[in-house]
This record gives sequence, structure tokens and C-alpha cells, in this order.
Amino acid sequence: MNIDNWMPVFVILSSLVPAIIIFLLNERQNILRTIINMSAAFIKIALVGMMTWGVFHERNYIMHFPVVPGIEIIFRADALAMFFLILSAGLWLLTTAYAVGYLEGSPNRRRFFGFFSLCVTSTMGISLAGNLFTFFIFYEMLTLTTYPLVVHRGTQKSLEAGSTYLRYTLSGGAVLLIGIVWLHVQTGTLEFTQGGYLNHAAGGHAVTLTIIFALLIIGLAVKTAIIPLHGWLPAAMVAPAPVSALLHAVAVVKAGAFGIVRVVNNVYGVEFAATLGVTMPLAFVASATIIYGSFKALFQDDLKKRLAYSTISQVSYIVLGVAIAGPLSTIGGITHIVHQGIMKITLFFCAGVLAETLGIHRISEMRGVGRRLPMTMAAFTIAALGMIGVPPTVGFITKWYLGIGAIDAGQTWVLAVLGMSTLLNAAYFLPIINSAWFIKQSGDWPEEKKRGRFFETDPWLLFPVLIIACFTILAGILAGEFFSPLEWAKLITEREYR
Amino acid sequence: MTQEIIYSIGGVLLFCIGLYGLIACEHLFRKILSFNIMGGGVFLFLVSIALNGDNTPDPVPHAMVLTGIVVTVSATAFALALLRRINSGTGAETLGRLEQDASDLDG
Amino acid sequence: MQEIITTAPWGALMVVIPLAAAAASYLFPWRSALMAASAIAFPAAFYSLALLARDVWVSGAVRYRIGGWGSPLGIDLFADGLSILMLFMTIVVVMAASIYSSFYFSGDVERKRSFWPLWMFLWAGLNGVFLSGDVFNLYVTLEVMVIASVALISLKGGREALLSGMRYFLVSVLGSLSYLMGVAMLYGSYGILDIGALGRTIGPDPAAQIAIVLIVTGLLAKTALFPLHFWLPKAHASAPVPVSAALSALVVKAPFYIILRLWTDVFSHDIISHAGLMLGVLGSVAIIWGGVMALRQTRLKMLVAYSTVSQIGYLFLFFPMAGSSDAFLGCVYQALSHGLAKASMFLAAGNLIKALGSDLIEDLRGLRQRLNISTFAFGLAGISLMGLPPGAGFIAKWQLLKASIETGQWWWAIIIVAGGLLAAGYLFPVLRNIISQSQDPVECAKVPFGMEAAAIVLAVLSLVLGIAAAVPLSLFRTALL
Repeated sequence: MNIDNWMPVFVILSSLVPAIIIFLLNERQNILRTIINMSAAFIKIALVGMMTWGVFHERNYIMHFPVVPGIEIIFRADALAMFFLILSAGLWLLTTAYAVGYLEGSPNRRRFFGFFSLCVTSTMGISLAGNLFTFFIFYEMLTLTTYPLVVHRGTQKSLEAGSTYLRYTLSGGAVLLIGIVWLHVQTGTLEFTQGGYLNHAAGGHAVTLTIIFALLIIGLAVKTAIIPLHGWLPAAMVAPAPVSALLHAVAVVKAGAFGIVRVVNNVYGVEFAATLGVTMPLAFVASATIIYGSFKALFQDDLKKRLAYSTISQVSYIVLGVAIAGPLSTIGGITHIVHQGIMKITLFFCAGVLAETLGIHRISEMRGVGRRLPMTMAAFTIAALGMIGVPPTVGFITKWYLGIGAIDAGQTWVLAVLGMSTLLNAAYFLPIINSAWFIKQSGDWPEEKKRGRFFETDPWLLFPVLIIACFTILAGILAGEFFSPLEWAKLITEREYR
Repeated sequence: MTQEIIYSIGGVLLFCIGLYGLIACEHLFRKILSFNIMGGGVFLFLVSIALNGDNTPDPVPHAMVLTGIVVTVSATAFALALLRRINSGTGAETLGRLEQDASDLDG
Repeated sequence: MQEIITTAPWGALMVVIPLAAAAASYLFPWRSALMAASAIAFPAAFYSLALLARDVWVSGAVRYRIGGWGSPLGIDLFADGLSILMLFMTIVVVMAASIYSSFYFSGDVERKRSFWPLWMFLWAGLNGVFLSGDVFNLYVTLEVMVIASVALISLKGGREALLSGMRYFLVSVLGSLSYLMGVAMLYGSYGILDIGALGRTIGPDPAAQIAIVLIVTGLLAKTALFPLHFWLPKAHASAPVPVSAALSALVVKAPFYIILRLWTDVFSHDIISHAGLMLGVLGSVAIIWGGVMALRQTRLKMLVAYSTVSQIGYLFLFFPMAGSSDAFLGCVYQALSHGLAKASMFLAAGNLIKALGSDLIEDLRGLRQRLNISTFAFGLAGISLMGLPPGAGFIAKWQLLKASIETGQWWWAIIIVAGGLLAAGYLFPVLRNIISQSQDPVECAKVPFGMEAAAIVLAVLSLVLGIAAAVPLSLFRTALL
């Protein structure tokens, strides 16, 4: 038995087993549950760290389980998988800490943390999937395990949001399933290959492959929240803040985006997809989503809703980068998986702090909040500037690579999209920053709670925010250094295009 | 040869009459009688195919008829017992409409 | 197909053990005796099944001549991979439901007395169907199964249970006699009752065609394929909970198993053109109709029962694609996964109803104690029924989808996917009502742990079957294909 090959399984088990233990624990065993959760998160980071080192040195981690004759569950850690894996594992730790503080004293915490761990398990499975079959299994598991989190509060509004979420994601899953099965029948294999496996099997069925591509992308676009399939995302913002943060800015939408990257790069292959003529429509739809999301965000007064529309817009950068089909833009798109994740999770964490500490849910209530919660708002400001793309934050790096990638590929119109999106980003983030820091508070806060004695709020809430905000700057400043997201994305792209 | 055909046609006819009765009659007792007639038709048909021209009839259909009669008799006894339960418990003699409101599910 | 004649009586024991248990539980109805009887019967049956499975694994298919007589006058028992899987599903569901029943009927001496013998007879009948080697013996075992199950439905008493039991009985008898008439015609034409031998001689002549129509129609009424499903929902919903589980999971599968067996082994010469297509169309209508009706139900057990109508439809998608081995695997897998998942769902629903004292789906909002185990079981079973991974139903649907695209009949793929979405549409509202917070929760009755455990074990098995699909499927490949 080769221990390397079992590593992906261990990574998955490191959140699956805690989930089962949490379900078996008593509702009141809070401390034990927190200990299990946090230590599992640390173990997972250690495991992922070991694997990252291994993948960098081109070690192979492959695990096969036959399921149906001709179909296998395959776990494989390649550079792209590790990228998503590091993001999920790292943010799981921070979000768990944050959620412990956020949900203190609220009911049904066993259910929450149990499904939370299951959800991370699904994300791990999605990253490590070595073929579309495995990918689909965990992709659907993600839908099922996030549903209880979305409806966690059990109110009428959250139940309705949950139903909307299910309607969208299950229908998307159904379309995706048909696409995958069809592809399997056409080609006899579903295994992800560097550079794609369809490039030589082009044969006579270009039309069929185009239809299959459309089915796959439509199925994945639901979770990625590409227009017109984005309707669930703003609705699902009724979930508790840690859920919105990890699931709707990172796990769920990223699962979709990650899937699109896999389909374009590792199934169809960039070149073959471009020959089929399917990448340009994808780039157009992604651009439309970028503009539309930013535009809608302008008109939201609810803070989480504005962030949700911003997510719709930002996630499509990933798709755009991949769809432009050049090495530089691919780097930009892939790095944005991590960049958008850390920026957006900071913003959602801050929104959660505002809601939990002062009862603030609307942007109009945020006047002067910078004096009351300076550290939180500093983090918010950094992340917001990153979203706009101000150097030296990570957001700038993404836009830079997307821009030069577009020029490199001869798609200059993309620059206009990027420019317009940047203006819109500034238009919906700068007023928030302005009113938080420079306008005086008028009246009381909506619902102020005493949280934390030494800091401005509960340290369980505050520290994750600060840590993740530091990453937003560090990853930007140190982008040229070894092991930064950018360097890693270059490594992925290099292996992809060689 | 003709004897065989007459019996088998008779069997099929009985089967059809019973089938008609089972579907058309509302009263449960008539339905129980009807399935007995259907059964009789099948058995007659089976007996007729046992006559295969020469003088030694095939024993297998006879074995089937005997087994079938045992099954039908027990089924009839069971149906009659069930009918009595229904009749004494609820006074019903027919199955009633199917699309009744489900509100009486728990009886 | 490779086949050996064995003298090892493992198959016969699978019928004898339940019969002996039935007799024992009738003669000695007190608690300790029942415990002793099941403590012997279930391990013994498991043991025989394991040995039978080993024989099948080694030699492909086995035939056992009872008393050494041999066909046509003697009775042959026949087992291959398909039989083994069905027997396995039966014993697992019967065991879980037995554990459930020992709590369910605990306070009810009168019903307990009649329940156990009938229950064991039902098990014997099912095993008999799955082991029969000739078409006439199938008739007899079907009747054993039907009479036992009608008696079990009526056990609860009350107008609805008695009448729906009677309705089921009459439909069933009609089906049986139609089947028997078909068998008589086949015997009249070919002089054969043995399934394997019939398959080698049958040809496309009118007598065979009429016989097949009679046989298949009769069995369709028993397996409740649309439009002959009308008796099913009320019969399954008004039976006692463990009986509902067995009816939906096992009893409707028995006639389907016969159709499948005859279709693959006897009717393989394409005797009636487009028959497969017609069954596929009926199956599709059943999937959609059952799903839509389930959506409209206000009562939990009726919803679960209509879901059975819908799920049975999937089984019949095999027939238009009968040439494809993927379709065959998918169809059998659907039978297995539905068996485990639906039994679990009925047991879980029974627990929720018992705790709540009402079976209105709306009232589930008032659950104060959340019955986490039963809710989980309901959810996990639901995943399998919706055809979502990692449930076993997913593997079934994957195979059926693959077959439909492979054979170029893509329209079935749309039905399969739509049926899965419908299932999500009628199952999630139940879970949603459990999760939601009511203003005035009601005090819940206590549900014994054993009843919850029975539900969750079956649900977990339906998941395990999905993840470890390779093992049972490989049994098929060596044994049947």
C-alpha cells in the first residue's frame, strides 16, 4: 500500500469523520464539539500542507475505487486541485472559529456544525475529483449538505430561500448529469487529463460535443451564479453570516467555477474548446454577468445583498479568464479563485460582525461605524479596495493578468469590460467606506449587544477577520514570491500548456 | 379432437364471464363468486389441454388443476372471512368509490 | 448461461425456515418463544443465503430438485445472481421491519398473535417467488404472498384498511388468474413449464402472443404499474407501518421480478413487437403521474405510497432498452435501492407519525422533539429515491441514463431526470416542515430507540449500496451476463 495514494482519502475523512462524531454528540456538548472541529481543521491543514509540498515536487496522489463496471471514483491531487484545496482547508479553519463565536447560545448548533463539516467534505471531494463522475457525486453532495445550512434559522423567509436554492441547484445538477452521461457514452472516459482528453477525439461529432459542452456549462453555471441562473444567490443570503461567507462566496460558487475550469482545461482542453468555438460565447456570458452583477449591486441597501451581487460579478472573472483561452488570462482567472475567496470572506465576516455586534444590516445604518468598530472596518476597507482592484491588493493582480491576457489573446474588448466593472465596483464600495469613516453617527445603533470585554467585539469573531484581511494584502505584495497564489496559478498554467 | 376444442372454448368463455363479473358487479360477494368462475374457466381449459389425442392424458395439467383448486379454495375462504369482517365491522357490501377523501384513512 | 444441478438444500431452506418460523410463532405466541424463533430463523436464513450465494458465485446458476423428482411433475428451485440479490434485499428488509414490529405491536396482544405467523408466511412466499424455476410454481408462491399480505393489511382493522385490503385482494386474484390462463396456454402449445426450457422452444406464434399478453397484464396489475396502480396508495398507506414497508419494498417487486425474468429468459425472441416500448411508455407515465400525485398529498403515508407508484415506473424503463446490459443493471439496482430506501422511509414516517399523533404533513411543523434519527433516515432514504449521489438510486439512474443515451432513446433520459426532480419536489417539503420552527409545538409521544434504529440502518444500507455498488454488480456479471 502506497501511503501517498491514501492521502486524498485522509483529507476527505478528516472532515467526514468529525461530521459523524458531531452528529453523534449531544446538543449541549459545545466545548467538546468545538475542540473536535478545530483540531480536525488543523489536521486537515497539516495534511493539505504535506500534499502541497508533494504536488510541487511532482509526486502523484491517485486513488481508484471501482463503483460500476466501467466507472470509477478517482481521487487525484494535481496542482489545480491543491489550489482549491488549500483555499477550502484554510478558510474552513477560520470560518469554524468565526462560526463558534457567531452562533454562541443559538439553538441547533449540532446540526449546523455537522452539516458544515459535511459541506467542507464535499468541497474537498470536488477539488480532489479525478473524473467528472467523482466531481458530480460531490457536487450534488454539496447541494444537499448546504440546504440545511441555508434554512438553518427555520424562519419562513429562510425556508423559502432554501426552496429557491434547491430548485436552481437540483435542476442544474440534472442538466449536468445528462451532459456527463452523454459525454461518457460518446468518449468512454471521464477522467481529467492535462490539456483535455477531447482534443484528439474530435472526429465527426463536433455538434454533439458542442451540445454536451453547453449542457455541462449550464449545469455548472447555476452554482457559479452566471446570469440568468443567478437567482438563488441573493435569496440565499438569509443564511447565517458564516454560511454566506464560506458557502456562498467560497464553496458553492467556487465549486461551479472550479468545475468550469476543469471542463474547459481538463476535459475539452483549451485549444480544442477554442476550435469548437464554444469559448467565445462563454466569455460573453461571463462579461455580461460581471457588468450585470456590479450594476445590480449599486442599488442594494441591504449590505449582504450588495455583497451577494458583487459575488455574482466577481466569480465570473474566473470564468472569463478561463474562457479567453490564453495562458496569461488563465493565470488571472485561476488566481482569482483564491483572491476572490479571501476578499469576499473578509467582507462577509465584517457584515456578520456588524450584524451581531450592532444589529446593522443596511448600508444606510453604517454611518460612523468606523469609530465604533475600527479594526473590523479597516479589514472591510482593505477587502473592498481589493475588490475594486487597487494596488497592491490581490484584486489588482487578477485584473492585471486578465487585462494583459486579453491583449495577448487579441480580445481587447475585455479591457472595456474590466474598466467598466472597476468603475462600478468603486461606485458601490466607496460610498460604504466613505459613510463608515467620514460621516458622523446619527442616533443609536439598531441593536447593540455586549460582545467581548477587551476588544471591540467577540475575539472569536474579530481575529478571523483580521487574519484573513492580512492575507488580502500579503498575497498581493508577495505575489512574486514562492508559494503565493499567483505563483501557484502560474505553476498550474505551465503544466496545463506545456 | 372436437371434444378438446369444445372444452377449451368453454373454459375461455367461463374465464371471460368471470372476468366481466369481477369488474362489473359491485357487490363483494358477487365479485368473489366471479373469481371462482374465472378459476373454473382456467381449470377447464387446463383439463382440455391434457387430452392430447391418444388415450393417455398428460398428468401435468391435472396436477396443476389440483393445486390450483387448493389455492382457489383457500383464497375463497379467506375472501369470505374478510367479507364478513367488512360487513360486520362497517356494514359495507361494496368497495365504494376509490377517490374518496383520504380523511377516513385511519378508520 | 452456465447452470449446475446441486444437492445442497440451501435454496429449499430459504423457504422452509420462514415456514417453520411461521408455524412456531403460531403455536407458541408468547414473547420469549418469538424471540427464540427469530434468533434461530434469521441467522439460519442468512447462513443458507450466504452458502447459496457462494454456489451461485462459483457456478453461475444453481438448480435444486426438491425430493429428487425433477420437472415437470416435481418442483425445481432455481437461483442465479438476480435471485440472490432479491433474496438478500428481502431478508434485510424483513429483519429490520421485524425489529420494528416487535416494538410496534408490543402493547397489542391480539394483533401480535396474528401478525407473526402471517409475517413469516409473507417472507416464505417472497423467497418462494425469487427461487421458483417454473412458471406454475410462481403462481402458487405469488398466491401465498398475496394472501399473507392482504391479511396483514387488514390487520389494522377499520373501514379503510379492510376495504383497501379487499380491493388489493381482488385485483391480485384477477392478476393471478390471468397469469395462470397464460401459463395454461403456454403449456398447451409447448408442453413445458420450466423457464429455461420454455425460453429455448418458444416462437412467435399467436398462442404464445396471447399467453404473453395475459401473463404480463396479470403481473402488471399486481406490481401496480400505471394505470393499474389504483389500488396501491390506499392499501400501502392504511396497512400497519412495518407491513407498508414490506409491501412497498418487497411485495410489488415480486411480480416485477417475474416479468423481468420471463422477459430476459423466455420472451427474448421479440415475440410481440413494440411491447417493450409500450411498457416503457407506461413506466414513464407512472413516474410522472405518481410524482405529481405525491406532490398533492397532504398525508405523509399517502405521499410515500404515491412515491412507490412513481418509483415502480423506473423499473419498466428497462424493457424498451432490453438489449443493453446497462439498462438491466440499472433496473435491478433500482429495484434494490428502492427496496431499501422505501422500507426505511416508511419506517421513519411511521416514527414521525407515532411521535406526532397525526399523519398530516402540515402538522410536522409542530414536532417539538426533532426525532433526529428518524428525520435523518427519512432524508437519507430520500436522497436515494431522488437519485442523488451517494444513494444507491443514483447508480440505478446513472445506468438507466447511460443506456438511454447509448441506445439513442434520449427521451427516457428526460423522464428519468424529471422524475428525480419531482421526487425532490415532494420529499423536500416534508423535511422543510420538520426543520421549520412552529409557534406552538405539540408534546410528542416517545418513540422506542429500536424503531428509529431499524429505519436508520436501512437508510444507511441504501447509501452503502450506492458507494459499494461494485460488489453486488459483479455478482451479476459473473452470474447472469
